[in-house]
Amino acid sequence: MDDARGSALLETRNLCRSFGGVSATRDVSIRLAPGELHAVIGPNGAGKSTLVNLLSGELAPSSGTVHLAGEDVTRLPVHARVKHGIARSFQRTNIFKDMTALENVRLAAQAVHATPGSLFRSAWRARDLVSRAQTALARAGLEDRSAAIAGTLSHGAQRQLEIAMTLATSPKVLLLDEPLAGMGQEEGLRISALLKALSKDHAILLIEHDMDFVFKVADWMTVLVEGAVLAEGTPDAVRTNAAVRRAYLGAQR
Amino acid sequence: MNEQTRLLPHSRLGWLLLAALLACLVAAPHFVSIYHTELITTAMIAAMLALSLQLLVGGTGLVSLGHGAFYGLAAYVVYLISPEAAARPIWQTLPAAMLVAGLAALLVGSLSLRTKGFFFLMVTLAFGQMIFFVFHDTKLGGGTDGAYLGKPLIQAFGASLDLPRRQRPLGPYYVALIQLTLMYVGLALLMRSLFGRILEGIRANEHRMRAIGFDTYRYKLTTFVIAGMLAGASGHMWAMHRGFVNPELISWHKSAEALLMILLGGLGSLAGPIVGALAYTALGEFSQLVTERKLLVEGLVILAVVLVLPRGLTGLARRRKAAELGPDG
Repeated sequence: MDDARGSALLETRNLCRSFGGVSATRDVSIRLAPGELHAVIGPNGAGKSTLVNLLSGELAPSSGTVHLAGEDVTRLPVHARVKHGIARSFQRTNIFKDMTALENVRLAAQAVHATPGSLFRSAWRARDLVSRAQTALARAGLEDRSAAIAGTLSHGAQRQLEIAMTLATSPKVLLLDEPLAGMGQEEGLRISALLKALSKDHAILLIEHDMDFVFKVADWMTVLVEGAVLAEGTPDAVRTNAAVRRAYLGAQR
Repeated sequence: MNEQTRLLPHSRLGWLLLAALLACLVAAPHFVSIYHTELITTAMIAAMLALSLQLLVGGTGLVSLGHGAFYGLAAYVVYLISPEAAARPIWQTLPAAMLVAGLAALLVGSLSLRTKGFFFLMVTLAFGQMIFFVFHDTKLGGGTDGAYLGKPLIQAFGASLDLPRRQRPLGPYYVALIQLTLMYVGLALLMRSLFGRILEGIRANEHRMRAIGFDTYRYKLTTFVIAGMLAGASGHMWAMHRGFVNPELISWHKSAEALLMILLGGLGSLAGPIVGALAYTALGEFSQLVTERKLLVEGLVILAVVLVLPRGLTGLARRRKAAELGPDG
């Protein structure tokens, strides 16, 4: 089954994390292949955000490992994982509100692409970073909002900005924590088209509550319940999985 | 790309006011008494300390109560390396003072920067007081009474600023002014650089900075050391100017005073601590003239200024500009 999906870009093995005796992640082994849009679903409290935090390095696992392209990154802190190609967006919009959209993205580009020698050069002479930022903004559909102060953008545009910031770090893996949260239908359509396009040249791990959306865009799905993997497979396989229907879909609909 | 750097003037008016302030400081000694020349020198030295602290507070969002310790430590370094009978040249004393202050900042910073907010405040306070008690409780630098420098002269390349008595304050005055100006220009360039943008990002949202790939601890530590070295330059100048050291220079009151100056002048600009230090010194003089309850008057005035002008005295220039240009200006 795994062979059909090619070799894994990001892989966890027996990942566990508990908080004061409560297990939030139990023995999770998942694989994320290049070019794959992999959705992680599960009821509230299933440990989806904890999983993202373990993958991004914000949390350290109690046991188990995280591998990126075969390399063990389990012990690397957040900032080092970004340089290895893991970028994330946040469930609650997390941007620099008082800076322009361009500056938000330029900072992200700077984190990965600035050479140490340029650190004390004037920020506005670093044209390469600005053009990287503009490219990322354009890809996220924000090219005409680059001069706007980030805090004044619409909610949907702020979500797009989150994605543009992750893109500016030239990631291999995108971890997107509910990119559609709080979006209207039209904005949602725009983001879903964006994700489809991005999945061509990134491996995307997506957490999302909107089931219609998830089943439409995902190539592969993992269902988490109480921190553990209940099922995984293609959207069709998951949709018809009896255990999933009982534990999750049935309960919600 | 023409985006503004937050701590620098946002308008031509701001830069003009700054240039006018510099011109006034250049001219002042020729119009005021020796007493006032020395007073302004002291104020400029305080301005250097406050300016170095502003890199942490307004620049990076780190409020430290240990900053004064690097200042006092540097003053003691000047005392400790100066022989009894002769003066050491400034190109020896200044780097030595800054180096020791920087090393102390590296040590204190590497431990305290693992904490945040209130805990950072308390840990820096504790470290600062430790340095204070080293000099307060031992005979290393004259104990509680402090000590006088043998020959507090600013000397460079064989030439010393050994002026006739009437002009003696001019030497330290201009040396302090030059250092203050260089420090402002240096920090302005720093805030405009890619490094400065990182500090601004850390101040605004450190968590996000880490998530986009910055090792924020390393940048905060670098900044803490730079600020400590600049505080050292300020303490060095104090020892040169006043010719004596005492433990009071190291105590947390120095940090608190510098924080007050920043608050008074404005948290949101590099000019704030300079204006704040001058205003604070002037306020001290003035309240001494009109009352015996100096501290009470000082406290009330500062309270009033902070309440009426939350952006401090330098916020006045910015507010006018905002009114002229509207919210987008």
